[in-house]
Amino acid sequence: MYLMIIILPLLGALITGFAGRWLGNYGAGIFSTCCVLFTFFISLLAFYEVGITGVSCYITLFTWIESGTFKVNWSFLFDSLTVVMLIVITSISSLVHVYSIKYMEEDPHVPRFMAYLEIFTFFMIILVTANNLIQLFLGWEGVGLASYLLINFWHTRLLANQSAIKALVINRIGDIGLSLGILTLLYMFHSVEYSIIFACVSSFTDYYFNIFYLKIHGLTLAGIFLFIGALGKSAQLGLHTWLPDAMEGPTPVSALIHAATMVTAGVFLIVRFSPLLEYSSFLLFILTIFGSITAFFAAVTGAFQNDLKKVIAYSTCSQLGYMIFACGLSNYHVSMFHLSNHAFFKALLFLSAGSVIHAISDEQDMRKMGSLVRLLPLTYSLMLIGSLTLAGFPFLAGFYSKDFIIELSQVTGYVNLNVSYGLFACWLGTSAIFFTSFYSFRLIYLTFLNNSNSSRITFLNIHEASWLMIIPLMILAFGSIFIGYLTKDLFIGFGSDFWGSSIFVFPYNSYNLEAEWLTPILKWIPFFISVTGIFFASLLNIYALSFYLNFQYNKFLSFLAFLSSKKWYWDKIYNDLIVKSLMNFGYKISFRNIDRGFIELSGPLGLSYLVRSFSTYIAFIQTGQLNHYIFFIIISCVVLFSLFLPSLIFNFKLNSYILGVFWILIFFI
Amino acid sequence: MLTQINCLGTSFFLFLIGMFGLFLNQKNILVMLMSLEIMFLALSFNWILSSIYLDDIVGQIFALLILTVTAAESSIGLAILVIYYRIRSTVTVELMNLTKG
Repeated sequence: MYLMIIILPLLGALITGFAGRWLGNYGAGIFSTCCVLFTFFISLLAFYEVGITGVSCYITLFTWIESGTFKVNWSFLFDSLTVVMLIVITSISSLVHVYSIKYMEEDPHVPRFMAYLEIFTFFMIILVTANNLIQLFLGWEGVGLASYLLINFWHTRLLANQSAIKALVINRIGDIGLSLGILTLLYMFHSVEYSIIFACVSSFTDYYFNIFYLKIHGLTLAGIFLFIGALGKSAQLGLHTWLPDAMEGPTPVSALIHAATMVTAGVFLIVRFSPLLEYSSFLLFILTIFGSITAFFAAVTGAFQNDLKKVIAYSTCSQLGYMIFACGLSNYHVSMFHLSNHAFFKALLFLSAGSVIHAISDEQDMRKMGSLVRLLPLTYSLMLIGSLTLAGFPFLAGFYSKDFIIELSQVTGYVNLNVSYGLFACWLGTSAIFFTSFYSFRLIYLTFLNNSNSSRITFLNIHEASWLMIIPLMILAFGSIFIGYLTKDLFIGFGSDFWGSSIFVFPYNSYNLEAEWLTPILKWIPFFISVTGIFFASLLNIYALSFYLNFQYNKFLSFLAFLSSKKWYWDKIYNDLIVKSLMNFGYKISFRNIDRGFIELSGPLGLSYLVRSFSTYIAFIQTGQLNHYIFFIIISCVVLFSLFLPSLIFNFKLNSYILGVFWILIFFI
Repeated sequence: MLTQINCLGTSFFLFLIGMFGLFLNQKNILVMLMSLEIMFLALSFNWILSSIYLDDIVGQIFALLILTVTAAESSIGLAILVIYYRIRSTVTVELMNLTKG
């Protein structure tokens, strides 16, 4: 049963990919959807068995790599963490599959699309079920590859090509970090298996690497490398630039990448390695700082984007920041809880955005929309549910996880907990809430409630999407309303032993109880702030004109808004400072000067030049003058004799007189 | 005085003169041929003197053979010279530089 979870998506991908020609558009769609749906049902069973009844499951198939004492098996690990990820991945993926049948109906390459979606799911499942780091790395790279294929699905578009390459390359930077981390762990523990590493971590707390008389804490170093991996995959600040650009793919792809699969892999890695990260307080500090900055930065940037999908992309980035800093505050289970909730409402947001885009003839700019509430009431209500959930409205999924994260960060204000850096996360996270609700409702207003800005022809053609697209949306909407409430006690309830041994937290790092005893005013703060954000967005769009005018006159504020709408020029800075200089280095120095210059000059080209010029010089010797020839004949006779000369000298049989003759000969010549 | 030094010295200096004549002269091919003759002469002189010094007849036989070879060689050389002169109407060595490398 467990192996079916892994095999079914692969089978679906291979058959849809290679036999899609015979299956046809609908056939491929239905076949692959069936495969993922079956996987989903099986993972529900696995969730029941592993999660609810608490029976972890290990499956070892056969040996993959064997070299001396080092041995890597093809083995799969199903513990609570894995099954939660499995549920998230397969449910979102199957809904996306159903949705894409209709959404991609008119595309000529549906089988290819379905195969890519399926292979994406497969690699993600490999990633989460891995029992060792090598297998995880296989899934990790496979997910990157599948994201490349999917973003580049319309490969005739230049933008799609560019952003797919960008996604792959930036992810690869993180992957280098991850592979260095794997090597470090291998060096320290002589194994890549989770069970061995996690069992041995506690005896490696005093392990130091000696590099040039620098003492580096081994666990911290490994953790930093792993974090770099998560940084790339989960689009944290620094390596986040690929995420908004990944919007070039079809909308279901964005839903899959941003909601359930790819970006959650980084968080999954961090949560999986909680037994290691717990031992390094520096690493927790780094996680908190990076996560909170990302949450705030992406929320601010999202508030000034005009592209419908980019707003949601930045909100993904921001929510991932929340997850990472929740990990940094040692609340891995809360992070996982937010991850599963986020998957539902983010998939809902993306798919309804796709529905909107589909309805108004592929227009993505929010400024050219408006008044869609009269024409797409169903999509509007679904999008509203998604936005309210994202804004953390009480009793929706986002409320249970996000507000709890904020509460946890507020707890860090207590001095005796020694996590005062959490206050930084608290401030940034809390202010990000304002921007989160602001951009959610800015999106709602610009798309659905304001006066229309689209042309008459597109406006007349607007229609609600068909049931194949609506049903997944409805399921997701139910999910985003109820999933937080239903799984709250299971995931983050007190004394819930759901996570079992898959997550490890030091008792002194665990302060869920303190979060419950916060003063009511602090617990209300996130709600008030998000309501303020909603109120502000409404004010802005209802009394739009006067505010915009004031905004324009305020030079400083408008400059800030301009800057954040340009994504704080991260891409520009990266391009100018890093990409261009690297490209220049690659062309001018390593290609033109070293490859084509130095190596060729000292190698084939230079040698042939040398031989040619040398032979011309030698040919000049042959002047055509007789006496020169004679001269050379005599010279070479003398040289020939003088070769024998040493043996003559050391061989005293000969008369010294003959030697004298030779010397005279040489002297004269 | 028939010592080893005299034998070798005479023929050697004679040979040296011939050799210098060969490649210091840049004008006349006739002089070159004559220097060649001197070198041969020095050689056969060496043979003869050595044969007397060592009291052995073989040297003189060789000298006689060299004499005939030299005669043949100089006749052929002179013939070439004549043909060359007929074509170029000059025997200057410096101008014989058609075969450059």
